[in-house]
Amino acid sequence: MKPLLGYRKPAPGTQPNHLYPPYVSSIRRAPRQPLITIPVTFSEITGPAFPKEIVSPKAFDLTRQHKGEPLGERIAVSGRVVDEDGRPIRHTLIEIWQANAAGRYLHKNDRHDAPLDPNFTGEGRTFTDEDGRYRFVTVRPGAYPWKNHFNAWRPQHIHFSLFGPAFATRLVTQMYFPGDPLLEFDPIFHSVPDEAARRRLISSFDWLSTEPDLSLGFRFDIVLRGRNATPMER
Amino acid sequence: MPGNSTPSQTVGPFFSIGFDWMNRADFAEESAGERVAIQGRVLDGSGQPVPDAILEIWQADANGRYYHPEHADTRNNVTPFVGFGRVPTDGQGQFSFTTIKPGPVYGPDGKPQAPHLQISVFMRGLLRQLVTRMYFPDEPLNGSDPGLQFVPESRRETLIARRTGPEGNNLEWNVLLQGADETVFFDC
Repeated sequence: MKPLLGYRKPAPGTQPNHLYPPYVSSIRRAPRQPLITIPVTFSEITGPAFPKEIVSPKAFDLTRQHKGEPLGERIAVSGRVVDEDGRPIRHTLIEIWQANAAGRYLHKNDRHDAPLDPNFTGEGRTFTDEDGRYRFVTVRPGAYPWKNHFNAWRPQHIHFSLFGPAFATRLVTQMYFPGDPLLEFDPIFHSVPDEAARRRLISSFDWLSTEPDLSLGFRFDIVLRGRNATPMER
Repeated sequence: MPGNSTPSQTVGPFFSIGFDWMNRADFAEESAGERVAIQGRVLDGSGQPVPDAILEIWQADANGRYYHPEHADTRNNVTPFVGFGRVPTDGQGQFSFTTIKPGPVYGPDGKPQAPHLQISVFMRGLLRQLVTRMYFPDEPLNGSDPGLQFVPESRRETLIARRTGPEGNNLEWNVLLQGADETVFFDC
């Protein structure tokens, strides 16, 4: 009988714990009981595979969703999605959302006193290609204040949501920008204990994806969990 | 080797901008099977409702087959969303959705799992998603489910929905993030 191959557990320190008190919202929302490990079943190693038709081919470009162009610095964000063994994650859905260039989200609960942009929603989607590559066109989001502690500011970031091949590979993360002085003070960024792992959340400036006279380029490669080579121990 | 997987970060308070397009209250409209209406609440450690949570549900069809190349034969399946649903909480921390009851999923050892929904929970304050399951009440297979066996008996109830009406297909299941009745979450 062939046992099921699960997905690898993260290396120590490379993923945040649920409870990280400097991020105040985690105190009342992180579970306090230890997580329970159960044998691998089809429920974890399968997952939704969405047909390409559900996403408009224009949805990768956040600067072309309205009558006019949004204000701000136009950027391309591109990269490759692979698993921990370097295998490309093909045709997987990526969803992004972000603040506008002034640091304001188009959301009823965002009370930051910065202007909305009638030409910017901050919502994008695409699928990776045959080689795991993706590309978005957007504007660089602004930093914004939040209530976590006195004078708290979030570094500029874009939210990323990926599915991968299985329920177990689902990942929601945030992409940051190189050289952002706010990263040093951000508890969400610092919730990842391992420094090398944290650095992988920071995109790199990428001359190759700049478009002359049009936009700068940033590269953000994403790694999803790899598959176990041998059956999981019970 | 590109190294370890990219760290997770919270969805934050404004995820609806990116997620709402795929919300659905009934994600098994075109699928055969016993329809069930499920509702519940998400509560934090103070017992306060969580108005900004989102649940993602992944499930097998009525025959216990996942719509996925490693499990079901997907060639004849014409409903692209079968098995996946995304459901937000409202201002009172409530969520509700309608689906079909999945059949028992068999493992390679020939043993069936009890019917269940596989569920990810996302919200501001969670640095990575929580993974849990919702099982069905009065289901004989609950007693031999390979996952439930690993849950201390005193906590199993947190994973099993309750009937709320005489009809039998209205169920309630809550997500308690902390406290004496904290929901069981899995290291998936």
